[in-house]
Amino acid sequence: MKRFYGTELPNPLMLGTAQYPSPAILEQAFRTSGAGVATVSLRREGAEGAGATFWKMIEDLGVRILPNTAGCHTVKEAVTTAHMAREVFGTRWIKLELIGHTDSLQPDVFQLVEAAKILTEDGFQVFPYTTEDLIVGERLLAAGCEVLMPWGAPIGSGRGLNNPYALRAMRAEFPDVPLVIDAGIGLPSHAAQAMELGYDAVLLNTAVARAGDPVAMARAMMGAIEAGRLARDADPIDARDMAEASTPVIGKAFLA
Amino acid sequence: MKIVINGEAHEVAATTLAGLLEERGFAGRVATAVNEAFVPAALRGSQALRDGDRVEILAPMQGG
Repeated sequence: MKRFYGTELPNPLMLGTAQYPSPAILEQAFRTSGAGVATVSLRREGAEGAGATFWKMIEDLGVRILPNTAGCHTVKEAVTTAHMAREVFGTRWIKLELIGHTDSLQPDVFQLVEAAKILTEDGFQVFPYTTEDLIVGERLLAAGCEVLMPWGAPIGSGRGLNNPYALRAMRAEFPDVPLVIDAGIGLPSHAAQAMELGYDAVLLNTAVARAGDPVAMARAMMGAIEAGRLARDADPIDARDMAEASTPVIGKAFLA
Repeated sequence: MKIVINGEAHEVAATTLAGLLEERGFAGRVATAVNEAFVPAALRGSQALRDGDRVEILAPMQGG
């Protein structure tokens, strides 16, 4: 498995921590699936100190922390959020989200590249949430990113990989760059497909957290990711238009 | 003086950011910004507050 800024992950599942029915179910989803990375955010703290309770539970999971800049719409906002996250979470990793469109939550790739450059210069290790555009990918790498995270489909949509053609092209274009499908996964089959395409990891949240049984779904996702990775390494056959008999023709009895 | 804390106006006695956190009972792991600029924990003691300042106090939360 490729390294992410020099760090080897135990497996290719990155799991979000939002929207679970309860903290206990969130914790169980992580423990049962074995996901090695947890995405987290920063939000306004109330006087009751909800943040401390949440953080204690996440810390006890012993996983890598990937803070996000979710909901940021400007470079300034994202850069400031990243700095605050680095201090609170004690990590240089940042999942850089710069939202450009309200309905699709499509990344604003122009601001994304600009913010990635600033943050890299500030010593961050940026995980940019981007589209499948190859030129944007190139620009992000030139800005200092060593990981790319193209969307499968809009965040929370559960539509799977909307553009497998472009995602395959991205894999081919950047063979040595760790690539993560981030967002849009709805089913384990989507996650398996991402791995079959040669992606290095899958980042998902809603598909697990909002499932009827999040713990079972987290396991299913990990199983699918593992299956997809094994399949990729096993060099799958090419699809054909016509049938090709698998049972040998030679030796068949003449009974017609 | 009046300080806007996480979007809500409060009358406070503290004159520095560190003092404000103590006065309002924020003891845990938080990050701070004043008037949309990040203030590292080490600088909270010397960060003076002025009437009308906007302070953001953020903590770890669930995220995707």
